[in-house]
Amino acid sequence: MHNSPIATADQEAHQNPALLHHFATEEQQKDAASLGMWVFLATEIMFFGGMFCAYLVYRYWYFGDFGAGSQSLNVVLGGTNTAVLICSSLTVALAVRAAQLGQQKVIIICLILTMLLGLVFLGIKGVEYHDKFVEHHVPGPGFHFPGHVPGHPDIPINQHHAQIFFSLYFIMTGLHALHMIIGVGLFAFITYNAMRRRYGPDYYTPVEVAGLYWHFVDIIWIYLFPLLYLIDRSK
Amino acid sequence: MASGERETYLNKEYGIKSWLLTVDHKRIALLYLVSITFFFFIGGFFALLIRLELLTPAGDLVQADTYNKLFTMHGQVMVFFFLIPAVPAVLGNFLIPIMIGAKDLAFPRVNLLSWYLYIIGGALMLYTILNGGVDTGWTFYTPLSTEFLNTHVVTAGLAIFVAGFSSILTGLNFVVTTHRMRAPGMTWSRLPLFVWAHYATSIIQLLGTPVLAITLLLVVCERLFHLGIFNPALGGDPLLFQHLFWFYSHPAVYIMILPGMGIVSEIVCCFSRKRIFGYTAMALALLGIAVVGFLVWAHHMFVAGISLYAAMIFSLLSYFVAVPSAIKVFNWTSTMYKGSITYQTPMLYAFGFIGLFTMGGLTGLFLASLGIDVHVTDTYFVVAHFHYIMVGGMVMAYLGGMHFWWPKISGRMYPEGWGRLAALLVFVGFNLTFFPQFILGYMGMPRRYWDYSHSPEFQILNVLSTAGATVLAVGYVLPMIYFLWSMRYGKPAPDNPWNAAGLEWMVPSPPPTFNFEEQPVVTWEAYNYDEIKEEVPVAQ
Amino acid sequence: MANNVDALYIFLLVVSGMMTVAIFTLVLVFAVRYRKRPGQRAEQIDGSHALEITWSLIPFCIFMVFFAWGAIIFFQERKPPQNSAEVYTVAKQWMWKFEHMEGQREINELHVPIGRDVKMIMTSQDVIHSFFVPAFRIKQDVLPGRYTVAWFHATKAGTYHLFCAEYCGTMHSGMVGSVVVMEPKDYEAWMGGGGNQPLAVTGEKLFTELGCVTCHRSDTQGRGPNLVSIFGKPVLLEDGRTVVADENYIRESILQPGAKIVNGFKPIMPTFQGQISDEQLNALVAYVKSLSQAPSGQTGGRKMATATP
Repeated sequence: MHNSPIATADQEAHQNPALLHHFATEEQQKDAASLGMWVFLATEIMFFGGMFCAYLVYRYWYFGDFGAGSQSLNVVLGGTNTAVLICSSLTVALAVRAAQLGQQKVIIICLILTMLLGLVFLGIKGVEYHDKFVEHHVPGPGFHFPGHVPGHPDIPINQHHAQIFFSLYFIMTGLHALHMIIGVGLFAFITYNAMRRRYGPDYYTPVEVAGLYWHFVDIIWIYLFPLLYLIDRSK
Repeated sequence: MASGERETYLNKEYGIKSWLLTVDHKRIALLYLVSITFFFFIGGFFALLIRLELLTPAGDLVQADTYNKLFTMHGQVMVFFFLIPAVPAVLGNFLIPIMIGAKDLAFPRVNLLSWYLYIIGGALMLYTILNGGVDTGWTFYTPLSTEFLNTHVVTAGLAIFVAGFSSILTGLNFVVTTHRMRAPGMTWSRLPLFVWAHYATSIIQLLGTPVLAITLLLVVCERLFHLGIFNPALGGDPLLFQHLFWFYSHPAVYIMILPGMGIVSEIVCCFSRKRIFGYTAMALALLGIAVVGFLVWAHHMFVAGISLYAAMIFSLLSYFVAVPSAIKVFNWTSTMYKGSITYQTPMLYAFGFIGLFTMGGLTGLFLASLGIDVHVTDTYFVVAHFHYIMVGGMVMAYLGGMHFWWPKISGRMYPEGWGRLAALLVFVGFNLTFFPQFILGYMGMPRRYWDYSHSPEFQILNVLSTAGATVLAVGYVLPMIYFLWSMRYGKPAPDNPWNAAGLEWMVPSPPPTFNFEEQPVVTWEAYNYDEIKEEVPVAQ
Repeated sequence: MANNVDALYIFLLVVSGMMTVAIFTLVLVFAVRYRKRPGQRAEQIDGSHALEITWSLIPFCIFMVFFAWGAIIFFQERKPPQNSAEVYTVAKQWMWKFEHMEGQREINELHVPIGRDVKMIMTSQDVIHSFFVPAFRIKQDVLPGRYTVAWFHATKAGTYHLFCAEYCGTMHSGMVGSVVVMEPKDYEAWMGGGGNQPLAVTGEKLFTELGCVTCHRSDTQGRGPNLVSIFGKPVLLEDGRTVVADENYIRESILQPGAKIVNGFKPIMPTFQGQISDEQLNALVAYVKSLSQAPSGQTGGRKMATATP
């Protein structure tokens, strides 16, 4: 591929103020941004992956106590959250499409919807955390998880193992929530730019790239939900 | 900028703000240079204290707790704040865009963010050091680090956590840059091996560092909230920590060495006036080391309590990763064959690297062998092994690279005589410091021992080692002095003082801010020394 | 065993030495022979597939020898012989506590006779330590919460360094001691004085005091499994898994009885976590082991009559 040298790039720069100085063409800039986000998501997979690994090891070893832990989570709230996030991925995809088509109002509406849904998710999460706090399921000195291993009314739950379940629960969902907060903040910034009509068919990279990030956060939840809430639920 | 003076990246703007808010990859490289040099001397100072304590069998210089902090922080500072960032963040940042014909990295602002993250991590580390330190060992093994120590484990862990993100973002920048920013005609097979090396390094940084990040985060949470994830008394597993920790920390050693290998390829080719022997094999070897390096982590855990069969598998895989490294040594040597060789300082460091990396790598074979490892693991044998690779290999490559590209970076020549003297001091000092430690290790001297008065037979080798360390220290201080000196009094450097191949030598020394007047179109292969008629100029 | 390790080490030294000398020599020779000379140009050589393959395959084959030899040694190191004499070890910050089967207790010094296979069954009270005897070329990390095992067979009388080889805090470098290898008759003499209670007998007493005997009867009427002859045999658990009843299983069963319920029994055993020390745990484990047919080892003293089945 032969890029035209600087002369054409300068022309383009005049036409498109979004082109950064060190890129030769807009296409190069867009490709770089896309690849950058995909590579970043790969690192995020490894980041969450470490936690998933720890969780899976302990799930395997302490399946009884972890089963009890899963059953104590509110699957209605968790399931609702899953639906909420999936919808928000839809709205963000619609926002990207609107940007591609230059539908300025639709971009803003979809982005705002996405953020709202994200906040709903965080709100529901907050309710769940509150419940856990009230039930003394938060790891620490006040931790108390009475009961029996599902399917074995004679075997009491091992408090140490249960604490590990909840430690991992809070850390994993907490980090996920942190990523969502960052995502909402990102979208706030992008919505602000959208209101200033920064995005259109010739430049919508930030919307697309932020959308990618959001889809990823969604996918992490789609793994978290069954792993934390659903396994051993029916016992 | 004085009128009539050519505009370079150094004189384009003056003032603190123009440096602290720069997005120019070359300025960021210099920001890193200052920071990592600072931490190098801190880590080095700790090393000196360690060696002084070990002059005598009794623990008579510092207290036991202090000694434990010294070796811990020596390791943490050297690994996370010097070795991991040094070549990529200084030389990689400076050179990669120029080598591929680009104006900057793909994400210049992310590059600056990387530096700030490094600084924040460094500040947290300094805070830890100045407030009593941490004594977990750089490896943070649990439950010692989570339950049994009262030092600043949390701040140290957070410092490394933050610095890790600096590393991740640098890797991200390099990968995207290499994929998307190459000038027309700069195909993958024309890339200098320096770029390939950083590409391979970046893959490790991207995929490995996040695992360390989450592991440290779990340790921090465990300490803060008294969790039991890694504590057997609370149902946790200390071996899980070790697996997670080494999953990063083994590939991390390849993060440290691969860039050095890239440097050596550039230097050997230039000072032999030859293209590299076996370019494809060299590039594939870099990638091979990066990939297979992810599969061997539990060779740090052979006696930790893993199963017999796991141990066997990891031992076998560890031998696999040795093959590409061997290939590289043979190829560098073959590159010299029928060359036209001169002995400037960079080449002397390259010679040193080839020899010492070979020795360090060979001792890795000892460690990979289960029967031997049982005896020498956790002894000075391991300490000697990794210092051979990291110091005898990596630091020498770094110094070689600094000398090689100093004219490009600063526009000045360093004094060649002093350069050669320093190289010699480093080589001699290094061997004297670390070779005795192989013997100490086989004799049974364990690592991390403050006091060895029960085994006075260890003393003579320790004395030799300390003597070497003082020579080594001089060898390191000298370049600092003369590099600084050269910035004012050094001979102005031409564009291509070595008549070397590579796009970085086709731009002025120092380069202008945007590197190239016009985007280059590459029509030649890498290391086109057949087309370069001139030899390396005689030392000035 | 140590000789095998040294033999492999010397082999590695020789090969590495040759390799090092070869590389150093080549580099130096090339550096001198091909130094820049007026009128002479470098000769560009792209590479050679044949060479690359050769110098990949040959080192690889040599590496496989290193691997195999080392693996064989390791395999032997990990399989203590059947009738090894056992020494229970509890490591703590910063000392080594040993208990022989005959009941002798030692701190930081371990007496053993020449010619006896000795198996160390080790656990830690706090952090990870590592049992390292350089003279024997053995090392094994000692973990809290479980047993790890090392074994050796001393052939020469003498006193040998014992080091802790896993950093364990302030006095890590002070956690040293010695292994004293004695001639058999000197060892008998050393053993004889003291009148200690054998470890398994201590365990038996605890077994009664703590009430274990109420459920774990030596018949099939007990609420808990009969422990006679279970050691070393597979155990069917009620979730279908089968595990081997080794030291770690017995230990876990005492501290976390709910973890593995034996098939056909109710999970009613109370936990003894926090109620007994590591030494008491060791005694109980030793007692349970003594209930199986094969004579579990002693470190010396009168030879036990071996029961022939």
